[in-house]
Amino acid sequence: MRSLLEVSGVTVSFDGFRAINNLSFQIGSAEMRAVIGPNGAGKTTFMDIVTGKTRPDEGRITWGDKSISLIGMSEAKIVQAGIGRKFQKPTVFEDQTVQENLLMALRKDRGPLRVLFYRPAKRDLARVDELADEIGLTDALLRLSGELSHGQKQWLEIGMLLAQDPQLLLVDEPAAGMTPAEREKTTSILVEAAKTRAVVVVEHDMEFVRRLNCKVTVLHEGAVLAEGSLDHVTKNQDVIDVYLGR
Amino acid sequence: MNTSFIARNPSVLVFLALLALFTLVVTVLSEGFGIGFISTSFVKTLGKTLCLCLVAVAMDLIWGYTGILSLGHFAFFGLGGYMVGMWLMFERTRQIVVNSLSDGVLPPTPEEIKAAIGNQIFGVVGSSEFPLIWAFADSIVLQLAFVVLVPGLLAFVFGWLAFRSRVTGVYLSILTQAMTLGLALYLFQNASGLRGNNGLSGLQNLPGVTAPQATVSLWFFWASAAALGAGYLLVAWVVSGKFGSVIRGIRDNEARVRFLGYSVESYKLAVFTLTACIAGIAGALYYPQAGIINPAEVAPIASIYLAVWVAIGGRGRLYGAVIGTAFVSLVSSWFTGGQAPDINLGFYTVKWVDWWLILLGLSFVLVTLYAPRGMSGIIDLMTRKKGEDR
Repeated sequence: MRSLLEVSGVTVSFDGFRAINNLSFQIGSAEMRAVIGPNGAGKTTFMDIVTGKTRPDEGRITWGDKSISLIGMSEAKIVQAGIGRKFQKPTVFEDQTVQENLLMALRKDRGPLRVLFYRPAKRDLARVDELADEIGLTDALLRLSGELSHGQKQWLEIGMLLAQDPQLLLVDEPAAGMTPAEREKTTSILVEAAKTRAVVVVEHDMEFVRRLNCKVTVLHEGAVLAEGSLDHVTKNQDVIDVYLGR
Repeated sequence: MNTSFIARNPSVLVFLALLALFTLVVTVLSEGFGIGFISTSFVKTLGKTLCLCLVAVAMDLIWGYTGILSLGHFAFFGLGGYMVGMWLMFERTRQIVVNSLSDGVLPPTPEEIKAAIGNQIFGVVGSSEFPLIWAFADSIVLQLAFVVLVPGLLAFVFGWLAFRSRVTGVYLSILTQAMTLGLALYLFQNASGLRGNNGLSGLQNLPGVTAPQATVSLWFFWASAAALGAGYLLVAWVVSGKFGSVIRGIRDNEARVRFLGYSVESYKLAVFTLTACIAGIAGALYYPQAGIINPAEVAPIASIYLAVWVAIGGRGRLYGAVIGTAFVSLVSSWFTGGQAPDINLGFYTVKWVDWWLILLGLSFVLVTLYAPRGMSGIIDLMTRKKGEDR
């Protein structure tokens, strides 16, 4: 399978500390992947690099069919290229309605002038309704998103990600702070999304990862320690030593 | 979401109706066209206040909606005034010079006229040469275009440099203060070509117009009201749709907007430049009513006052900016004009000319701490409206 995103030999240091150390990682175009690892393993830094927030010192990151390099592209351009990211803490625009949040995320021209004259077409509103249905917020469309519960905000943020229609979703701890029922729903949203696009989930919670039922990459000290099914990596002695054994 | 813009924003219609009513009432009560209840100088004060309200609407767009606390918008306001002032002063001086030279035996040559105008205008700074920046001062069309273009260009260049380097928050505020201070210091120099600290004067006299000031003052009052109405409508429209969503998003969480794929810098630059253009127009209408413009007008404190007006009125609501500015600037001129009665406490006399600034500063602190919605919060309470004006 051709890979959608290919990270090879990437190194990043902050004040001499190597957060990412010669990391290589690939993901295919319709694949779910869980990334796990102890604190400080470089999970978030990995996402920062892919989304253009942090520039690597060394290495290559190539994207898509044409294998374009993401290094040096602005965050906004990387998003427009098709990489969406969900942050750990749900950050929706609390002053605005669910509908406004989703409309803003919808895959449309993002230039200031085009946005200024943009008025939502029927098709766009229909797409927003469809997304709201997917994330279970149909009844909350006209509510301010600040009034939503924590779990609903998480879903709204996932909905905003889906609205962008990215080819790759980077999702940071989607189940944090959720009730078991909410987790189940989150799992099904993500599994559904992974049918048509690549999804990378960074997660601490092993039970949640098990439910995703996908290939797992274990990071440690900024490099890949093991890769494979969850059962395979949990049997790996190195993984047990650095992560599970504690 | 599919209804028309006005239908979604009834407050815009209410504002425009009130503004029209106010304009009508002032006209009827004026000396120029009405019963003479309102003096010409007060008509000018009201007209100037409308111009300040217009620049406050621009300030609300950049600060209240986009979250950029610019403390330099009076630089753009002043530049607008200078641009229109150059034509007013040049043309009026030219007419005076042509009249006085026509008494001679020979008709004056164009060179003689030009030298005489230069002498009249730049005599106070010990020069008679026309600086390069006056090259188009004889053309009202070009100078009026400069009212928008010069502040717009300055804002574009400044904004491009600042936003591209991702200067935000208090650092950006300080930079804008430095910009307006730099402009003021430059204009203070005699060599700036804009008559140094003398500034431009006699701007209340429209060249070729023989109508009395009572009439002219109303023309400007109407123009100011029309400009405020149009500016309000424009800004209300800008913040109403998805563009408004994006800039409010930038205000609340800039990084998140970036990760939605929007180029935050382009949006900031667009808003900064647009508001600078609006400020330029407001200034161009203000200074002919004030009669004089000098570099002190673009001193850093002026832009800080602008932020205070908007904060007291309530930012993030356009009518709040208008209410705050009208109220504070009118009350301010009442207190500082010596009209407010002093309070004699026996051991100490409270002179409002001195104490007004302290009162203003105190109310600014109190509003910031206890009433972040400002005066428009009262309107919200009355109409039981939740959230912001959209």
